[in-house]
Amino acid sequence: MSLEQRIKDCLGADVVEITEFRGDVCVEIPKSRVIEAMTLLKEKAGFDFLSDVIGVDNMDLYAKAKKAKKKKKDEEEEEPKKEGPPPPRFDVIYLLLSLSRDERVQVKVRVPEDDMDVPSVTGLWKAATWPEREAFDMYGFNFTGHPNLRRLLMWDEFEDHPLRKDYPLEGKGEERHLNYDTV
Amino acid sequence: MATETVCITTGPADVGDYVSLNIGPIHPAMHGTLRVITRTDGETILSAEPEIGYLHRGVEKLGENFTYKQFLPLTDRLNYCSAICNNVAYELAVEKLLGIEVPPKAQLVRTIMMELARIADHEVLVGILGVDLGALTPFFYLIIQREEIYEIFEWHHGARLTNSMGAIGGVEAPLPDRFHQKWPKMRDSIRRANDETDKLLTHNRIWMDRTIGVNAFCEEDALNWGFTGPMLRACGTRRDIRKDEPYLMYNEFDFEVPTGKHGDVFDRYMIRMLEMEESIKIIDQAYAMYQEMPDDAPLMKKVPKIIKPPAGQAYHAIESPNGELGFFIKSDGSDKPYRIKIRPPCYMIYQAFEELVKGEMISDLIACLSSINVIAGELDR
Amino acid sequence: MADWQIDLIKVVFIWVWALLIAVVMTWVERRASAMMQDRLGPNRAGPFGLLQPLADGIKLFTKEDIMPEKARKILFLLGPPLFALPAFSAYAVVPFGDKIVLGGKEIILQVSDVNIGFLYVLALGAIGVYGMVIGGWASNSKYSILGGLRATAQLISYEVPMGLALLTIVLLYGTFSLREMVLLQQGTFLGFLPNWGIFKQPLGFIIFLVAAYAEANRVPFDLPECESELVTGYHTEYGSMNLGLYLFGEYVNLGTLAAITVSLFFGGWTLPYVDMSKFLGPVAYGVASFMVFFIKQAFFLFLFVWVRWTVPRFRYDQLMGLGWKALIPLGLVNLFVTALLVQLTI
Repeated sequence: MSLEQRIKDCLGADVVEITEFRGDVCVEIPKSRVIEAMTLLKEKAGFDFLSDVIGVDNMDLYAKAKKAKKKKKDEEEEEPKKEGPPPPRFDVIYLLLSLSRDERVQVKVRVPEDDMDVPSVTGLWKAATWPEREAFDMYGFNFTGHPNLRRLLMWDEFEDHPLRKDYPLEGKGEERHLNYDTV
Repeated sequence: MATETVCITTGPADVGDYVSLNIGPIHPAMHGTLRVITRTDGETILSAEPEIGYLHRGVEKLGENFTYKQFLPLTDRLNYCSAICNNVAYELAVEKLLGIEVPPKAQLVRTIMMELARIADHEVLVGILGVDLGALTPFFYLIIQREEIYEIFEWHHGARLTNSMGAIGGVEAPLPDRFHQKWPKMRDSIRRANDETDKLLTHNRIWMDRTIGVNAFCEEDALNWGFTGPMLRACGTRRDIRKDEPYLMYNEFDFEVPTGKHGDVFDRYMIRMLEMEESIKIIDQAYAMYQEMPDDAPLMKKVPKIIKPPAGQAYHAIESPNGELGFFIKSDGSDKPYRIKIRPPCYMIYQAFEELVKGEMISDLIACLSSINVIAGELDR
Repeated sequence: MADWQIDLIKVVFIWVWALLIAVVMTWVERRASAMMQDRLGPNRAGPFGLLQPLADGIKLFTKEDIMPEKARKILFLLGPPLFALPAFSAYAVVPFGDKIVLGGKEIILQVSDVNIGFLYVLALGAIGVYGMVIGGWASNSKYSILGGLRATAQLISYEVPMGLALLTIVLLYGTFSLREMVLLQQGTFLGFLPNWGIFKQPLGFIIFLVAAYAEANRVPFDLPECESELVTGYHTEYGSMNLGLYLFGEYVNLGTLAAITVSLFFGGWTLPYVDMSKFLGPVAYGVASFMVFFIKQAFFLFLFVWVRWTVPRFRYDQLMGLGWKALIPLGLVNLFVTALLVQLTI
């Protein structure tokens, strides 16, 4: 049985989409079902090891796609379609590993900008402690149920989330927050 | 006693029967820029909270704004004790994204260099562990061998510490000519240095007292906390990405994966000592295979000048000296990675630091830190 | 020459000698460790780098003397001398040679032959602790106070086994005077062994040596200043010559301990099987006896260096365990057995 099939069997209706690229299987699950799906993956499918938790900001990706679409539209001069709700801006990707089968799977959760709450998986794997703190630090996800959700790499007084695509690479950046009297 | 006569200034955290001791970021034993805030009762540690980020350089943010080729030198600065492993890990991740496989000769060169880097890394670790426990002499025996290894690196790609070896699609040069004379001699001298270290430390009563049973960690906890590499193997799990998910040509080599039992500092030390021997074996086999290759065998796969992988995301992990070193790269089809996430091995281990050292003594904290091999470069990125 | 003039010369001589040993020891330590570790060591200042201690001294003297703002000023300044002085003073009772005849006057090569020389040595060793404790406490640094605490516990603990080991020697020789002890070690024992303390008291010697290493704060007992944990322990906050005094005092201490080891267990200035006074002139005999003593002392000084660069260090609780659970019971048993044997043989 292929990996995709097994994951489908294991998760059932939780699977939104399964993609495969260069042998890496990526499962998308709804945000509300993270804990249930992860528990199933851990206990039923044997993905007992959490490698990493990764945040991704898709803002530029969508902007690019929109631009390309617009360009295409301009060329074809079609009637503009009605735009749906904007796609969720962020992804949280969990890298899972099955130690017995040596298989890896990426679990993707889409997180819209206006609702940054993501259930924390620290109850399942303590390994998620720092990666989730880092994802909070860099993107601003609010991992609900995390025991100690503080900034990890940036300092506590810092206000922005630097890995977001709209965080400036050059210019004032964090300097505007640096108050040397208090730091 | 009047407050004026209290000699030790006590911070707000100093209430109750303990003292908060701030270790680092500038401290002889804090390798690089680590900081641990401990609360101690006498010398016993009640809690230890590592604070990281002192060496945070925003490598991942930089990666999103560099091209694929430009990012390679930045990977050197992750684990600077074994920069080649980072280089190869990154190259392999990009190659996976591109869907190419490098020619076998290049794979062998990469293997040999990576295993040399692994030996160098383990030598530094064992040496520093000795220094932190008060035995300075083995450090010098080992560091001399590391210098010899760096010599080979210098001959091959011109750099000693920050190697930036290879390129996406292969390696730039075959093994240097001098490697052929150097390796048999160097293999013996590495073995001799390891023997001497072994004699000085392994069966030394004081060393055994200081390491056996210190920070013992059970397998279940280790897996739960995301331990990989020698730290996990010391707990008894036979997990080595070189064996389990072979990359390059590791499935063709015959080598052992040493495992420990108790997950204490001694086991971690012994595993590293044994792994150096296994690395020597791998290099011998890889070198024998390399010599059978024709001289004009290709070293580079043809890749376009501007690398534009198709849109998609891929994760590739290798067994670096410290454990699983993975690169997650998301591509949007342009010449720059859309997102690079590095999974450094010591990051996952260091987050369990408090669990490791709780209830032990300050001296054990230092021993534990050295045995994890926390490299601030890859910890903070 | 009047007696007081001779005494003064002896005091100056022993003082210079102690200083010289400490200075040369810093050089020996670095060169010997370099030799053991496949490296060169300091070799630029003077021939073989012999002037390196001088360069270090100049450096220490010209450094700014920094005092932490919240340190207890008087105690902070009192610490280093209080550490170094007892180490120097202990040399006063060390018999560093037999006697020399100069200008028709017989001079004993010992500053003063106190009949309780032995207790004097122990007492001064105990005072040395205060230097570390006060220095550590007055610095107002947590690392310093941890170092000071360790120093207190360690030195007080190890004085007990040391005292027990020395008591057996006292039982054996029936005197408190170091000079008389040396004289009693001439001749042979069981027909072929030199009549040295080490052969009569092997266990006592081992206990004494271990305790001496602990008293001198050397690896494997350098816990009060182990640099990987406590930065440099009790002298973390010291700089300039205050630090220099601590470092210097340590080497003087080594010299004292080596000298006492030689006097108690290795026959002092005497040679086994040979009586030098029979075939050497009175002046030459004095010089030769001093040389013999010095060579023996140098060996023990080198042993300190040798051990330091070979073994790792103990952990604090293990150190206490070794002192209280191993050395003290051993010392007590040794004392008991010795007392029994002495009682039976007399």
